[in-house]
Amino acid sequence: MLEKAIKGSKVYYGWMLALLTLIGVGFGFYLWQFNSGLGITGLSRDVSWGFYIAQFTFLVGVAASAVMLVLPYYLHDYKAFGRITILGEFLAVSSVTMCLLFIIVDLGQPTRALNVLLYPTPRSVLFWDMIVLNGYLLLNLVIGWKVLEAERNNVHYPMWLKPLIYLSIPWAVSIHTVTAFLYCGLPGRGFWLTAILAPRFLSSAFAAGPALLILLCLFVRRISKFDPGWEQIQSLAKIVTYAIILNVFFFLCEIFVVFYSQLPEHMDHFKYLFVGLQGKGSLIPFMWTSMILMVLAIILLVPSQFRQNETVLTIACIAVFIGTWIDKGIGLISGGFVPNPLHYVNEYAPSFPELMITIGVYATGFFILSVLFKIAVTIKEELYA
Amino acid sequence: MPNNSKGMYNKNLVIAGIVIFVILAAFPFWFNVVKSAPAPEVVLTEKAKAAKECVRSKEYMTTDHMVLLDVWRDSVVRDAKRTYVNPKGVEFNMSLSNTCLDCHSNKTEFCDRCHDYASVSPYCWDCHIDNPQGGIE
Amino acid sequence: MKSSRRNFLKIAGITALGVGARPAIDTIAAVGGRGPTEPEPILKQNEKALTAKQWAMVVDTRKIKSEKDVAPLYEACHKIHNVPDMPIKRHEIKWIWPEQFHHAFPDLHSEFLSEKIHHTTFPVLCNHCENPPCVRVCPTKATFKRESDGVVVMDYHRCIGCRFCLAACPYGARSFNFFDPREHIKEINLKFARRTKGVVEKCNFCVERLAEGIEPACVEASKGILTFGDLYDPESEVRKLIAENFTIRRKIHLGTSPAVYYIV
Repeated sequence: MLEKAIKGSKVYYGWMLALLTLIGVGFGFYLWQFNSGLGITGLSRDVSWGFYIAQFTFLVGVAASAVMLVLPYYLHDYKAFGRITILGEFLAVSSVTMCLLFIIVDLGQPTRALNVLLYPTPRSVLFWDMIVLNGYLLLNLVIGWKVLEAERNNVHYPMWLKPLIYLSIPWAVSIHTVTAFLYCGLPGRGFWLTAILAPRFLSSAFAAGPALLILLCLFVRRISKFDPGWEQIQSLAKIVTYAIILNVFFFLCEIFVVFYSQLPEHMDHFKYLFVGLQGKGSLIPFMWTSMILMVLAIILLVPSQFRQNETVLTIACIAVFIGTWIDKGIGLISGGFVPNPLHYVNEYAPSFPELMITIGVYATGFFILSVLFKIAVTIKEELYA
Repeated sequence: MPNNSKGMYNKNLVIAGIVIFVILAAFPFWFNVVKSAPAPEVVLTEKAKAAKECVRSKEYMTTDHMVLLDVWRDSVVRDAKRTYVNPKGVEFNMSLSNTCLDCHSNKTEFCDRCHDYASVSPYCWDCHIDNPQGGIE
Repeated sequence: MKSSRRNFLKIAGITALGVGARPAIDTIAAVGGRGPTEPEPILKQNEKALTAKQWAMVVDTRKIKSEKDVAPLYEACHKIHNVPDMPIKRHEIKWIWPEQFHHAFPDLHSEFLSEKIHHTTFPVLCNHCENPPCVRVCPTKATFKRESDGVVVMDYHRCIGCRFCLAACPYGARSFNFFDPREHIKEINLKFARRTKGVVEKCNFCVERLAEGIEPACVEASKGILTFGDLYDPESEVRKLIAENFTIRRKIHLGTSPAVYYIV
């Protein structure tokens, strides 16, 4: 099937070449970081995780959202999604790959990464995260590939795949839950120390991931002869609607607990993010933009006549995606580290090399996504067009 | 699989290609069989000469010093055990900086010669003093 | 058929490796390894080593009259451990350093604090917690609580630089080597190893000195401000001080059980 990814239009080649260039540039900057150290990033002893780990966290969510297609199709026999589950699975594959790359570029001693396997430590959540992420990557690659191959050859997929498909459903939930546990089990970080962090992660993931999938479906329909389907896109839109509402609801629950209880250790982080603390608040505009985008998305998604208008739907999905991306990809990590445990407000902003490396990782993910989607779409074209 | 039937064409070319690849990939091995570089001569410092014997026999140290250092490092860092009693009953302070490199203070003529020859590049000296007389490399 | 071919390839591969590596091994090792009857070497603790169930420290802040009283102990520690002086503040490496009360004890801070406390600087360092969150989160056991005496130790050889422990430590006691620290060590102590870039470091309660039977460098340099001893020995100096004075510890509500006590 891989040969489908090699033959394509000039635009396709151009796009892939552009991605390869970005990968090359990102890799160059990574070599610089590899040789001189993480000091070339904006990270500090106070904000010791930054853009890399934030992107990792956000993308774990995007990866987990494949379950929103797999679950209705395989558990509830919702046939319509059968047409596009492959897109969700391949999106998961590329997202998890990016996650793993973001972890690697964040390591101070990347050549020792396999120490995690050499000295397995089950009491560390990172150990479990390593297991669930790699497992999820493998599951989706195998399931996606085998189901697509069977579909192409007009046969039923092999029966040994069925248990793997069922396994992938709780597994998807686990990857984002475990990722939330990385943060919410730390006693000294009030911003993350909340049981609602994992539910918040999942709700924002199930909004952002399907929103991205809708955008990808609309894009696929425009550039290929394969139509993912009106019903499919509308069902996804409903999922996005409920997920983004839940996400805002969970957020407001957190806000109530934190501000009604008035516990400073929990409050100060929210203050820093939304109104500033000790005169510092570089993230204020981002956080309010995120809030406004999420509320706007709810307004655009809830009435069905809005949602059924594809232009409005597109705008709403972009709003959901950017809103949740700011929330997790910018606010979540900085917000947890500022103020620091000694109550200093030392802010963080990514450096230029850090951004270039981030873009390089994203380009790698999009390259993989393009290859996989090209294969899937070409085969679907042969079948349905 | 529409292209399957083509698989058996160009059989000779494929086999020749594999053979050439194997020969190239195995270059270090057959090159070594034909001709191996002469073993390096290591230089002992006066202090090392005066000590006559290392923590273990010369033969053991030549082949197994890395194993010994690995055991030492785990023992010192992780088990808080810093005294080494060798098979002859002599006690040593398990310290790369203060025991090994104290005698073998000539990294370039001692450590590097064999490491270069064997094409290994341990990074011990990134942190452990390579030359107690000098400063940082 | 298939399996025998695979076996053949396996054997061929191993043979090629052996034949290739043989001359190199032969020339390095002129004579073969150990004699079979040699006794096994013994690894043991130094006889003069100081031992405890859980090392602890008491900081008598009443004795800190000015910055001058405590400056020597920071210097002693950082000098002896080759702690670099990083040029960029956000990359700072700190093992023991001064903090004002409201930073050291943010949860005990009050607006109307006594003038004296307000102006005292408190030495802060790794608390060598009895229940350390940093140890819990480390994915490689590169940081661990030493069973023999409760010191929270860093194994720089094993650390992968994930910085999970920096996120977990509620005391900011851990530093990460963002750049190569070696160029920034003013005066090198040849007896103690440096660190490499990309690993985490922190106070080690002077395990290298305890093994030699001497107290930590900061304690020695503090002229009685710091006292060091076994928390579980009722006769130890620290226990006497804790019994006779009201002491506080940093952020005890987090359940970490810090082993550094402050008399205020």
